[in-house]
Amino acid sequence: MAEIKRVAVIGAGVMGAGIAAHVANAGVPVLLLDIVPKESTDRDAVAKGAVEKMLKTDPAPFMSKAAARLVETGNIEDHLAQLADCDLIIEAIIERLDLKQALYDKIEAVRKDGSIVTSNTSTIALAKLVEGRPARFQRDFLITHFFNPPRYMRLLEIVSGPATSKAAVETVSHFCDVKLGKSVVHCKDRPGFIANRLGVFWLQASVIEAMDRGITIEEADKIIARPMGIPKTGVFALLDLVGLDLMPHVQKSLEGALPKDDPVQAYMRGNPLVERMIATGYTGRKGKGGFYRINREKGKVKEAIDLKTGEYRPEAKSEIAALDEGGAKSLGKLLTHDSVHGKYAAAVLMPTLAYAAFLVGDAADDIDSIDEAMRLGYNWKSGPFELIDQIGVDKLVGWLEAHKKSVPTIVLKAKDRTFYRVENGQRQMLGLDGAYHDMKRPDGVLMLADIKLTSKPILKNGSAALWDIGDGVACFEFTTKMNALDNETMALIQKSIAHVAKSMKAMVIYNEGTNFSAGANLGLAVFAANIAAWPQIEQLIAGGQATYKALKYAPFPTVGAPSGMALGGGCEVLLHCSAVQAHAETYTGLVEVGVGLIPGWGGCKEMLARWAEFGRLPKGPMPVPSKAFELISTATVAKSAAEAKEYLYFRPADAITMNRYRLLADAKAKALSLVAGYEPPKPPVYVLPGPTAKTAMAMAVDGFHRLGKATDYDVVVSDALANVLSGGDTDVTTPLSEDQVLALEVKNFMAIVRKPGTYARIDHMLSTGKPLRN
Amino acid sequence: MPTYKAPLRDMRFVLYELMNAEKLPALPGYEEFSRDLVDPVLEEAAKLCEEVLQPINRSGDEEGCRLENGVVYTPKGFKEAYTKFREGGWTSIACAPEYGGQGMPKIVNTMVEEMMCSANLSFGLYPGLTYGTYVALAGFGTAHQKATYLPKLVDGRWSGTMCLTEPHCGTDLGMLRTAAKPQADGSFQLTGTKIFISAGEHDLTDNIIHLVLARLPGAPAGTKGISLFLVPKFLVKDDGSLGSRNGVSCGSIEHKMGIKASATCVMNFDNATGWLVGEAHKGMRAMFTMMNAERISVGMQGLGIGEVSYQNATIYAKDRIQGRSLSGVKNPSKAADPIIVHPDVRRMLLTQRAYVEGCRALAAWAGETLDTSGHHPDPKVRQDADDFVALMTPIVKALITDLGYEAANIGVQVYGGHGYIREWGMEQFVRDCRIAQIYEGTNGIQALDLVGRKMPANFGRNLRQFFHPVADYIEGHQHNEAMAEFIGPLTKAFTRLQQATGFVAQKGMARPEEAGAAATEYLRLFGLVALAYLWARMAEISLAKTATATDQHDGTGPDPDGFYKHKVLTARFYYERILPETSSLVAKIMAGGKTMMAFEEAAF
Repeated sequence: MAEIKRVAVIGAGVMGAGIAAHVANAGVPVLLLDIVPKESTDRDAVAKGAVEKMLKTDPAPFMSKAAARLVETGNIEDHLAQLADCDLIIEAIIERLDLKQALYDKIEAVRKDGSIVTSNTSTIALAKLVEGRPARFQRDFLITHFFNPPRYMRLLEIVSGPATSKAAVETVSHFCDVKLGKSVVHCKDRPGFIANRLGVFWLQASVIEAMDRGITIEEADKIIARPMGIPKTGVFALLDLVGLDLMPHVQKSLEGALPKDDPVQAYMRGNPLVERMIATGYTGRKGKGGFYRINREKGKVKEAIDLKTGEYRPEAKSEIAALDEGGAKSLGKLLTHDSVHGKYAAAVLMPTLAYAAFLVGDAADDIDSIDEAMRLGYNWKSGPFELIDQIGVDKLVGWLEAHKKSVPTIVLKAKDRTFYRVENGQRQMLGLDGAYHDMKRPDGVLMLADIKLTSKPILKNGSAALWDIGDGVACFEFTTKMNALDNETMALIQKSIAHVAKSMKAMVIYNEGTNFSAGANLGLAVFAANIAAWPQIEQLIAGGQATYKALKYAPFPTVGAPSGMALGGGCEVLLHCSAVQAHAETYTGLVEVGVGLIPGWGGCKEMLARWAEFGRLPKGPMPVPSKAFELISTATVAKSAAEAKEYLYFRPADAITMNRYRLLADAKAKALSLVAGYEPPKPPVYVLPGPTAKTAMAMAVDGFHRLGKATDYDVVVSDALANVLSGGDTDVTTPLSEDQVLALEVKNFMAIVRKPGTYARIDHMLSTGKPLRN
Repeated sequence: MPTYKAPLRDMRFVLYELMNAEKLPALPGYEEFSRDLVDPVLEEAAKLCEEVLQPINRSGDEEGCRLENGVVYTPKGFKEAYTKFREGGWTSIACAPEYGGQGMPKIVNTMVEEMMCSANLSFGLYPGLTYGTYVALAGFGTAHQKATYLPKLVDGRWSGTMCLTEPHCGTDLGMLRTAAKPQADGSFQLTGTKIFISAGEHDLTDNIIHLVLARLPGAPAGTKGISLFLVPKFLVKDDGSLGSRNGVSCGSIEHKMGIKASATCVMNFDNATGWLVGEAHKGMRAMFTMMNAERISVGMQGLGIGEVSYQNATIYAKDRIQGRSLSGVKNPSKAADPIIVHPDVRRMLLTQRAYVEGCRALAAWAGETLDTSGHHPDPKVRQDADDFVALMTPIVKALITDLGYEAANIGVQVYGGHGYIREWGMEQFVRDCRIAQIYEGTNGIQALDLVGRKMPANFGRNLRQFFHPVADYIEGHQHNEAMAEFIGPLTKAFTRLQQATGFVAQKGMARPEEAGAAATEYLRLFGLVALAYLWARMAEISLAKTATATDQHDGTGPDPDGFYKHKVLTARFYYERILPETSSLVAKIMAGGKTMMAFEEAAF
């Protein structure tokens, strides 16, 4: 398999630029080209401008500043020759066949043998793109369909043609999987591929059925949402988000390209309301408003459009008996509820599921590709076939027959069965042939979910479990809601350390939740605080410290493998591991001040030690505590694993995995690589300046307070934090031990946990999920 | 015949020494309620209760109410007493000035309620129900409804009821069936039967305003489909005068164990005209606003009965001579010593007294916090106060009625056989008090409310308003040697409560039945610890007064009548003889619910 060392992206629009940024995120140098602008002295202005804009975009397309430096910009007139150095050339220009083909001719003239060309088209068939191109081009060409935004959307659709070489497909697939971290779904060369085609069906069905049945958009957004495992945003709010004007565009291309008898055609009718909204600038969030809008004239009132009149009215709280009466929890009950809402839910979901089944063999080879496309493309919790298994195949068939709709072949084959099953610990899926087929993970992919199919945990309690993932490596898994940490988590870590020390080689801390850990279980802690159970709280803090310390000095290597949020106590557990193998999309930080607390499980002492060891700071005792104070007092969260290294939440030697599915295997390999000759770290000695540093920190906070950047209570919390990070009443001549710094954490935590300002912050966080700025 | 003397001395102690009633005028809306105004109000209330209401208590019990041709007649003297009560402005004291009320602070009002319940529990129910009607209408009525009904409810010319219960549903109101049909003119026609309606029909007022829970056509099932309606006995004309009789009538009155002078009616609604109060399907919310206020008031019934029983038991124990003291003759001139010389009689009397005075303090704490919640300018302070009231309402209702009932029972015991016969009136207190443990949500329901709702809400935020002040108090007095005898046991009991709270919360999250099994004992544990905290504070205040007092009580020291000395002694009694119950309660709570749930239904 050829290695891709340099990439070119042509077309610096939102998608092209985003793809280039993400290639850079993978550490691969990338050339970003666009046309020469007519009115500019800088011939590279388009591509340059795109990169500059991305540096200001939130959420950020780049994972780090270093990544941004890997993007080289240019234009297709002056720099085309540089394509000769590129192993992969991604075309992401406007969706016009003639322009694309003209560009391909230019590319073909300069690119080297063995390089690969791909297009990011979403609407043009591969057959059309390669039509009349030379054989070399046809052999080296495929479609890589990224989703917006390319960094964050894990789905990637790949389409190859009959002439495309297997090697090219494999090289690109591997690159996109391992380097870019995408979940690659192979699609047939059919209009809209999988995600757009099925997505348009689902969205159109939701809109049109709502209009025909007199369902309000608020009701629709409650129904076509959580109960179906679809994000709570809902359909109409989602359309506002992606832009109403995008819909007719995609719709039209599908309408023209698909046969007249394709089921999606039933929903391809003109929508005067949406057309009028687009014409008058109501294109969604980016325009004057969409199905929803904030009416500022009336004092920031959220309004919703009435689908009948097309007029805005105040958003209404919808009361939906179909959801109240168990439907929110049971999809089956919702779909059979005898009400307009129940009927609407079924009228949208059942045909959508049937259409998904219709696409097997037409757009995709197997059901898993379709499920994965919907899970990753639209954030559905379960894919359509998983949903059918939940509802029951017979229920779907019954509904389709009752409504005189045709039943797709694969659904008929699934009758009295399920689409997925587990046979002897092996996951299997139903094929078009009516037989079950093993679902094999690619090399380098290890899933805890799979391990759970065939084994029992070594240890387990109400908050965590320890698994054997082979080769002497244990995997410690948090199992609570939001993976919040509590006394029981700590107890099981202690037990696990004893077990692994005795009979295994290494331990990985990993789980397959959306977030690694949101930190300590605030609800439990606040309940204890509410009943003034101060000794228990002190025990929770001291117990956590002792546990994390035991982890740090365990006689075997420990590897933290986070993905998603790793905050507060979830960050502190990583700080105490021998090494971290992080998913690139890890968001970590010590955010305790947000709820009026300070890190109490060794977060303060580890940040002091890290910055002393690795921080390239000016000499002297002041810079280290100042840096730690700066990060913790502002609850700084790294927005990527790469950024976490900049803040030293992760060490310079810690590694990053781009593909979420590859995280556990990488972490396991990392752990095993540390086993030979492993020795626990030497305890650090802390040389801290004491009161002088505290004064400096207080002055800095006062400055922010005067500027209005720090609130009254920020000053109080910062004071407690400064007490710890300055070393208390020590001075540079009296070095502190790790335990002494830990004691400072406990003392100051216990002082701040009793203050009303802290309760105000905690109450607010628990009730609204947002920090209070008191 | 029992007698009654309002405990004004103790009330003033609670108001001005334990609580901060002197600071009431600092709250917006309470400017005029200085001590100069509050003290005379209490004195006047005492006079009315002692002289007008108490004398017709036993006769009312003997005679009861009677129903003749759809008309309910209250016992002899009730109508006259009600007129005096109304003319004295007592129906209006707790109501807002904008509707003609006097806007009396809640802490004062709870004391007036206590006195009325001591004097004549049955009588107090009539204006009590009117006040509940007032609360719901003031909170949820339309401007027109308020203007039409509130002034006359406030001045007592009209009275009110709460019509919730139906023959097949009491606690579970979601099942109720009374139907309301919308009419073209915006009114509704209600049809159905309500039972257990206190003051549903009587001869005290010109009109009776019923607040009725009913269902609109097509309403959702359960409590989310219940609406609240106003149904007057006589329709009210536009000029405010009374029009024709509405389709609501009293079918029968209940024959009850106690509160016999209170008319408990079966009310039939037969196409009765009514109007919606508040939003459709939101009736439970309006009803609960009034219910919460009522629950505190029911607590006062337990307190009032406990007080009057104690007073009469004391009189009897001093008067009744029987046998001799165990330590030798105390009353050589008489044939026997008064029974008060016996430790066991003293145990009974002091138990009553410690309950009653502790509960009075608890009620005042709730009353003061209600005042804060209603009048404090800082929304955060109001929120904290609301949290406290929410938490303590089930405790005030259930603990005080349980202890009041126990006290009344003790009162019978002190009288021996004379307690058991009707003539002395002691058994009436037992019978009258018994209902307070049942209505407005049985005490079992209160306990479930505490462990199932109030405790877990917002991760225990309500609990903070009780646990933090108590924890701070204990911490603040760790080194106070004079208080050591109280702080030590208080710390132990408080720690037990903390443990039990953590235990119940944790168990309850995993298995709600575990919390349900512990609920009643947990509420009592909580209540006894709350009383212990208040008794410690009362002891602290009293110790400061007695430290400088001579033992002679010659009328010259700071404790001329021995009030503080005996307060300290009662506190000691509470700590020595009542608080230890908490350890057995904890043992029961920790035992969990397995055994009782393992019992097969058929084997009961």
